[in-house]
Amino acid sequence: MAAADKQPVTITCAGPLNGALSGALTWVDQRFPMMSLWRDHLAEYYAPKNFNFWYYFGSLAMFVLVLQIATGIFLTMHYKPDAAQAFASVEYIMRDVPGGWLIRYLHSTGASAFFLVVYLHMFRGLMYGSYRKPRELIWIFGMLIYLCLMAEAFFGYLLPWGQMSYWGAQVIVNLFNALPIIGPDLSTWIRGDFVVSDATLNRFFAFHVIAIPLVLLGLVAVHIMALHEVGSNNPDGVEIKKVKDPKTGHPVDGIPFHPYYTVKDTLGVVVFAIVFSVILFFMPEMGGYFLEYNNFIPADPLKTPPHIAPVWYFTPYYSILRAVTEDYMWVLAIGVAAYTILIWVKARDKRFRYAAAAIGLVVIMLMKGPQMELNLGFAALKLPFEAKVWGVVLMGVSTLIFFLLPWLDQSPVKSIRYKGMLCKTALAIFVITFLILGYLGTLTVTEGRTLAAQVFTLIYFAFFLLMPWYTRMDKTKPEPERVTG
Amino acid sequence: MRLARTLAWMLLAAPLAAMASEAGMKLDRMPADVNPNDPVSLQRGAQVYVNYCMGCHSASYMRYNRLADLGLTDQQIRDNLIFTGAKVGELMTIGMAAKDAKEWFGAPPPDLSVIARSRSSSAGSGADWLYTYLRGFYRDPSRPTGWNNTVFPNVGMPHVLYQLQGEQVLKTEVLLQPRGSGKKEDALKIEAQKLVLEKPGTMAPVEYDRLAADLVNFLVYLSEPVKHFRQQLGIYVLMFLGVLFVLAYALKKEFWKDVH
Repeated sequence: MAAADKQPVTITCAGPLNGALSGALTWVDQRFPMMSLWRDHLAEYYAPKNFNFWYYFGSLAMFVLVLQIATGIFLTMHYKPDAAQAFASVEYIMRDVPGGWLIRYLHSTGASAFFLVVYLHMFRGLMYGSYRKPRELIWIFGMLIYLCLMAEAFFGYLLPWGQMSYWGAQVIVNLFNALPIIGPDLSTWIRGDFVVSDATLNRFFAFHVIAIPLVLLGLVAVHIMALHEVGSNNPDGVEIKKVKDPKTGHPVDGIPFHPYYTVKDTLGVVVFAIVFSVILFFMPEMGGYFLEYNNFIPADPLKTPPHIAPVWYFTPYYSILRAVTEDYMWVLAIGVAAYTILIWVKARDKRFRYAAAAIGLVVIMLMKGPQMELNLGFAALKLPFEAKVWGVVLMGVSTLIFFLLPWLDQSPVKSIRYKGMLCKTALAIFVITFLILGYLGTLTVTEGRTLAAQVFTLIYFAFFLLMPWYTRMDKTKPEPERVTG
Repeated sequence: MRLARTLAWMLLAAPLAAMASEAGMKLDRMPADVNPNDPVSLQRGAQVYVNYCMGCHSASYMRYNRLADLGLTDQQIRDNLIFTGAKVGELMTIGMAAKDAKEWFGAPPPDLSVIARSRSSSAGSGADWLYTYLRGFYRDPSRPTGWNNTVFPNVGMPHVLYQLQGEQVLKTEVLLQPRGSGKKEDALKIEAQKLVLEKPGTMAPVEYDRLAADLVNFLVYLSEPVKHFRQQLGIYVLMFLGVLFVLAYALKKEFWKDVH
């Protein structure tokens, strides 16, 4: 529709303002798709009426994102990204900047809250099959948001320039060292120095305050655009668009997002704010989990802390990294072999079979094949790769494997409500595994804990890799025609 | 089904097994009757701090005039707590150069602005650690300063408050725990180390402990001067959010009454 053909916007409000307001809105709407945006995304976006508790976390994630950006802007006004001044400038914010302590605690508590909310949001997706067709792209955009969030948290954590900031960054950047051939140069390139230093702090600051947030905002926009294109899933995992009111053409089980979910999510935000405030005002350190105690010691490049632990939201992956020892490589190699055989036996497509066998063989050779050294001219490549290389690879894979969920889940139903015991048990075990790996990641290493981490690492990957089979074998219940409320 | 349940229980039990051990040092508890908002205790702690600690330990994120929180006027702060000629709005820095300090003590004495926060651990709060530390010095001729500490082995700091506390030594006691036949020879020998006051100071142990507690109280305040206000504000924020919750709940209920 050409802009000038648009209907005038009429609003009803009392008094002489009515005409002026309607006129102003019409003027804007003829130049900007204001009313159609409002309709498509709020007033006439039909969302299933049966959203439950788990559906609060999407809007809460948005709320925390805004909170982080708003508080971040104010922190940037007073923070100094300089190795000699960073730590002191944070304490300056805490003591001398009016209201600075509140802004800083909002931001530090917000960081943990962001991950908590996002993990619960992802768990909702896992439970109700929100990643299944036709929502694969929503899931992929969401996973990209999650990866950005991890990068954002990692870069941001260096900024207070405490001992944990410093050594945490040192450990994580050093992981790249393990990569064959390019490793050492790559980690130097990331740091901009041979150790974490002022140069590193400056570039991490740039990434934290502008580069990653820009990408993050863009991804959030496409996440929501994709969602509003196909419509929201719901706890029953049935499509509300299948049953429409013949008169209005709207889904019978749908209700307009505004006002129904705007008022409901407002309630969610208030409850969240209460929990958030209890932490912020009465336990901002959260027992050392949100603000680590060691991070109140200024960074000292000459003094390595005896125990370096990342913040809680990274610890499941950190556990997986630490679980990979030289002995564990045997377990992994046998695991890969067993999985390759499983695919060989079960796959129907011949080409797929051969491809899987070839990849499996290469991976096993790189894990536990005969020792050799390839001279590439510019560098020597030692084979097989060491355990620490695989630790890094496994940690990477453990975050990226979520991307595959839309295709790994072969169940005829979406929602956990209609899946059988097999899927329910698998999900329960996965959640427990994730929590235990997370807990182990906060602790120092002992033999027993490493063994535990190794067992749970196997379970972690089994949840994903065996999914195509257990979701098919599972005895599901029939999905209802319409949502059950 | 039963297998699933057994598996789930095994999974739940695993973290408990992992949690066992993680032994560590035992810390004395900061006396519970020391009120973190008691101005008398905090003022005394500040006085001890500037008299005994600040020769070597700066509090360089803190401004002198912030001590108004303890109920002091600028003039009182100038008269009683500033010995360096610093202006009342200046930071609580010291004159000792870190380089010299390193030569004298092996390591520069840390800034104590946030020491109480950094010393928290699973063994106890930062206050517990500091309270144990200040009372844990003992004579050790093998150390360059002649002093050692139970919670900070081979510490570079000498016992600055020894004239007040006196001199402690670390004695090893052998405790006998009867077992088997009940005879003395069969008993399990447990070695325990104990601090014994060998030369009394000018203060009785009870008085010294109180002094240490007041100093720790001040250090805890110093690590987060806004803490008291933060908690007060928190109560108002929660009351406001409580009202907002009622309104938001009523609004939601009103809108949703015809959704079935």
